[in-house]
Amino acid sequence: MTNLGLEFEKPLIELEKRIEDLKEFGLKKGIDLSDEIAILQRKADTLRKEIFENLTPWQRIMIARHPKRPTALEYINLIFDEFIEFHGDREFRDDGAIIGGIASLGGRPVTVIGTQKGRDTKENIARNFGMPHPEGYRKALRLMKQAEKFRRPIVSFVDVVGAYPGVEAEERGQGLAIARNIAEMARLATTIIVVITGEGGSGGALAIGVGDKLIMLENAYFSVISPEGCAAILWKDGSRAQEAAEMLKLTAPDLKAQGLIDEMLHEPQGAAHKDGIAMARAIREAIIRGIDELSGIPLRRLIERRYARLRRIGEFAIREISASDLPMAAAGNEDMPITPDLPDLEGGCDET
Amino acid sequence: MPNLKGIFQGKQKFVTVKAGTVREEAPEGLWTKCGQCGGILYKKELTSNLGLCGDCGFHFRLSARERMAITLDEDSFVEYDEELLTVDPLGFPGYDIKVEAAKQATGLDEAIITGKGSIDGYPVLAGFMDFSFVGASMGSVVGEKVTRLFERAARQRVPVIVFCASGGARMQEGMFSLMQMAKTAAACAKLSGTRTLYISVLTNPTTAGVFASFGSLGDIIIAEPGALVGFTGQRVIEETIRQKLPPGFQTSEFALEHGLIDMIVDRRNMRKTLGSLLSLHGGRREDAG
Repeated sequence: MTNLGLEFEKPLIELEKRIEDLKEFGLKKGIDLSDEIAILQRKADTLRKEIFENLTPWQRIMIARHPKRPTALEYINLIFDEFIEFHGDREFRDDGAIIGGIASLGGRPVTVIGTQKGRDTKENIARNFGMPHPEGYRKALRLMKQAEKFRRPIVSFVDVVGAYPGVEAEERGQGLAIARNIAEMARLATTIIVVITGEGGSGGALAIGVGDKLIMLENAYFSVISPEGCAAILWKDGSRAQEAAEMLKLTAPDLKAQGLIDEMLHEPQGAAHKDGIAMARAIREAIIRGIDELSGIPLRRLIERRYARLRRIGEFAIREISASDLPMAAAGNEDMPITPDLPDLEGGCDET
Repeated sequence: MPNLKGIFQGKQKFVTVKAGTVREEAPEGLWTKCGQCGGILYKKELTSNLGLCGDCGFHFRLSARERMAITLDEDSFVEYDEELLTVDPLGFPGYDIKVEAAKQATGLDEAIITGKGSIDGYPVLAGFMDFSFVGASMGSVVGEKVTRLFERAARQRVPVIVFCASGGARMQEGMFSLMQMAKTAAACAKLSGTRTLYISVLTNPTTAGVFASFGSLGDIIIAEPGALVGFTGQRVIEETIRQKLPPGFQTSEFALEHGLIDMIVDRRNMRKTLGSLLSLHGGRREDAG
């Protein structure tokens, strides 16, 4: 039993403790309390269902940030048959907040990248609490380019509160690194599967979050700004983050409804950290499904498809303009042919 | 920052009064105070001087229309996509009121104007962001206009210049706004594939989502002097590292020193510099026949 229960789980934890106590008492005194225990067990199951089927956005964020939430490396070790980790951006240093390498998925080679949080304070310091510097994003890009070269799919695991907000990160071009990654991922000539497992913190998540299929765990979130940051801007009061969380529509069900993610994965009873193995199995199946769906698409079409997916995102209205207001002269030479503008796909291209 | 006052002493055009002596007593509307040297400036003079402090050369923020006027050849501009209007996709409390107020205050429909024009006779597609419209934050309309501009540039093979200014993503549009970073960056990458020039000009301030997308993806990145350019907001960094930030942090000069931009160009030389760059990239003057 975890002692890291969240506030809203308290009634459930108390009930579970009573069941444990009753079991112990029965055993010690040699009394059969199985009927009473069964009643309480049923009550606990109902309560658990009630709590986890009615989570508020803020409660989901608490789960996404849970210290016991499985990390990228834990999932990777459970999902892939073999994982060989690579290091460094070849330019500055190895960023522990980003991990990556190659792995085998049922005999199929894939490149894996992800943001990595620590399990304890010592690990978190080494991992910078999972907040990447520019060199981390450059390492991820290096490995993704390598995947493109060797024609293997990329699986990206996202769980990051945000890109690291520090002086050195700015000096080394945090904004440029993120921009470069997003632009490159939009055109990379290989399949990209993105799995948002916990926190999807704004640009720092998007920098490894552009792909052909976006999978999100039920209690993960993906947001333009942290609810705390949003509350600080709106009301100069970061403690009103719960209200901001409602307004930002950042949960997996919300984003699925908005058409911004492709698939939501249900979490085991009591969330992913209660049964990491079952969660990993579901993620593995979703990844395999995704790669299978996409692997038949010729690379050119895959890149066009990825562009079209991004291209249609946005909500706006169109003002009616009367025909006489139309600036005809502006049309100019807009009818020039569109010549190929796709990346160089020479050499061992697997398209037909 | 060295004291530049002495350098300008000889050609001082304006009567300047130190901030400490006059404070906030400058009459509303006619005068304004320099954000750098504290000098009081006559607004009319400021406008005719490209929005520069005559005393210290401080670059005041320009509206999109002012920027267009000092950048493009006279009467060369034809606007694109002005029919795109902001909506409130999340039903975010207060957002519609905020947008309406910005429209009233600026006379604009959104935080960017895009279109076609020329600089020194060279045809160019251009975007002008306006910080006074909700901090020139990027929502769906800004993202769509920038994307369409890049796509047009790719089709027409005409160079594109975007004068960036932005506080970041438009949080009131939630993930629709964050994904505009991906959309504009994808369009930018596509444009790059057609070997068409894109120049990004970072003006004060260009931060967060715009800096971390099309703002940083120019073939050539220019910044105006003293502009705030960077990814993370300074208050957030200070709260994280629990230290005061060094002076000059996240300025254009800082970005240049750290290799993040190509050059700093004074507003007085911007048109000339852009003209030269367009010429060197095979630009052909429209009036050349």
